[in-house]
Amino acid sequence: MSKTYRSFAGTLFDVSNYIFLSIVGIVAVLPFIYVVAGSFASDAELTQRAVFLIPKSFTLSAYEFIFSTDTILKSIGVSLYVTVVGTLVNLFFTVTMAYALSKKNLMGRNTFLNMIVFSMLFGGGLIPTYIVVRELQMLDTYWALIIPGAISAFNLIIVKNFFQELPQELEEAAKIDGCTEIGLLMRIVLPLSMPVLATFTLFYAVGHWNNFFSALLYLNDPAKWPLQVMLRQIVLLSQMAAGDMSQVDPQFVKQQEQSIKMAVIVVGTIPILLVYPFLQKHFAKGVLIGSVKG
Amino acid sequence: MKQAAAPNNPLELEQTATHAKAQRRTGVMSRLLKDKWLYVLLTPGLLYFIIFKYVPMWGVLLAFQNYQPFLGFWKSDWVGLEHFRVFFTNPEFFMLLRNTLLLSFYNLVFFFPAPIVLALLLNEVRRAFFKRTIQTLIYVPHFISLVIVASLTYVFLTTQGGIVNEMLQQHIGTKIDFLASPGWFRPMIIIQTIWKETGFGTIIFLAALAGVDVEQYEAAIMDGANRFRQMWHITLPSIRSTIIILLILRMGQVLDNGFEQIFLMLNPLNREVAEVFDTYVYMMGITQGAFSYSTAVGLFKAIVGVVLVLGTNWLAKRFGQSGIY
Repeated sequence: MSKTYRSFAGTLFDVSNYIFLSIVGIVAVLPFIYVVAGSFASDAELTQRAVFLIPKSFTLSAYEFIFSTDTILKSIGVSLYVTVVGTLVNLFFTVTMAYALSKKNLMGRNTFLNMIVFSMLFGGGLIPTYIVVRELQMLDTYWALIIPGAISAFNLIIVKNFFQELPQELEEAAKIDGCTEIGLLMRIVLPLSMPVLATFTLFYAVGHWNNFFSALLYLNDPAKWPLQVMLRQIVLLSQMAAGDMSQVDPQFVKQQEQSIKMAVIVVGTIPILLVYPFLQKHFAKGVLIGSVKG
Repeated sequence: MKQAAAPNNPLELEQTATHAKAQRRTGVMSRLLKDKWLYVLLTPGLLYFIIFKYVPMWGVLLAFQNYQPFLGFWKSDWVGLEHFRVFFTNPEFFMLLRNTLLLSFYNLVFFFPAPIVLALLLNEVRRAFFKRTIQTLIYVPHFISLVIVASLTYVFLTTQGGIVNEMLQQHIGTKIDFLASPGWFRPMIIIQTIWKETGFGTIIFLAALAGVDVEQYEAAIMDGANRFRQMWHITLPSIRSTIIILLILRMGQVLDNGFEQIFLMLNPLNREVAEVFDTYVYMMGITQGAFSYSTAVGLFKAIVGVVLVLGTNWLAKRFGQSGIY
């Protein structure tokens, strides 16, 4: 039916719309493609011809260089550790609290919920939080990257809403069979919530992998830095004669070579690109969308 | 709970009342006991919120002290509003206010409409495969860390072999030091934000658009409405409430420019336009150790934030929108 109504202006709009959206799509990923290509090119080639997508002289020297010492490998190890442990902590805190709050006749429930919502609106700020972390003796430990962000209030409320929507009959049946609330959570609620939990696992994990500020704030010892902080030192601070660049292995910082910076960027991005298909599958299903609207 | 039968004489009535009171008292205990496992589950999260959200809220009292780390909170002197007075009379206050507001303003003008426009354009695509492919591509930058975004910016814009400057050199014969020039700082930040968040920002609008009744379009076509009129009279009104909610949330963040992004792009050469409240708090508090003073700055910012959210929400309600509370 629509064909008979298609006017010249409509077709023109469609064609230019498709072209425009294709350009937008390409622009979103082009920087990565260029950086990946550049990381395999020799520096001579990068200076000679800046624009290319396939390097003429394919070389692994940038990667050989960044893995020649264990500085980068160690920071990848730190990032992986914080991501895995941190995500487990996030899930434990979020799921337990969300489940308790999903019970509508829990005494004090509204007070707790208001408390959570208020914390989204107003916060003590950077310095008081820093002092709390310091007083808890967490400075220069990886717990400082994990515990102070154990729950995202926003995620908590979404998970709570999801638990609330689950059919109550199952839970009542299990209760009659003598199941405790904890058994209920483990055996009935969690298995039913796998898609939602997968989504939040990925979101929390990406957050940990990408986080650099907590490390910068709470870890003074460069040997403990995760990859993102290392990346900042290598790519950003080598650009300026900044004071704190002397803190890292000087061999890395003095390097001005573009291909090496590109190789480090690729190393920092690849884990995200690897989990991205899973991420997309889950958030596209609308777990987040439905709850944001409500 | 069991309903008592209706009493029919005064004495019985009184007895029922006392009974009910006693029952309520034991009710609290029995409800606590009945749900004891739920409270066990609640405890870790509750402790988290108390320790890491509410203790720091109480910690804003530092702003009214001369906090000395070696004396601790209890022994430090109280100085009242002294830190606020110093802050507001500091010429840097106006620099911070101007930088913060200008970045927010540019963000609102150039970034805020971008996801709306992109969602409307995506909504016009009839080929599902094409639409899905584009969506897959444009969501990617959202998941990339800000360090990577800043690194990409540096690698592309550096005067030492960056692709942009090499091209400028070839075509106009000169290089521009984007990274160190104050004039390029704001455009750089806004372009980063547009690149990183526009795609992901479409999700919420596309969800609202998916709910629009197809019959409305059919009726509009019958009435002879062209594509643009359909978009204007059906599509856009259907996402109006979403736009308003996001606008309210955005207003509440007028003083939040995204600390990490600015911190990464800030350097001594562009400081005069790049320093905002958040980076100032970090610099004064963490780098220079002026805990109380920077807490005062942070508190000022947080209070303005709350007032702005509540104020915009109130305004939205007055104009007949649903608001967020």
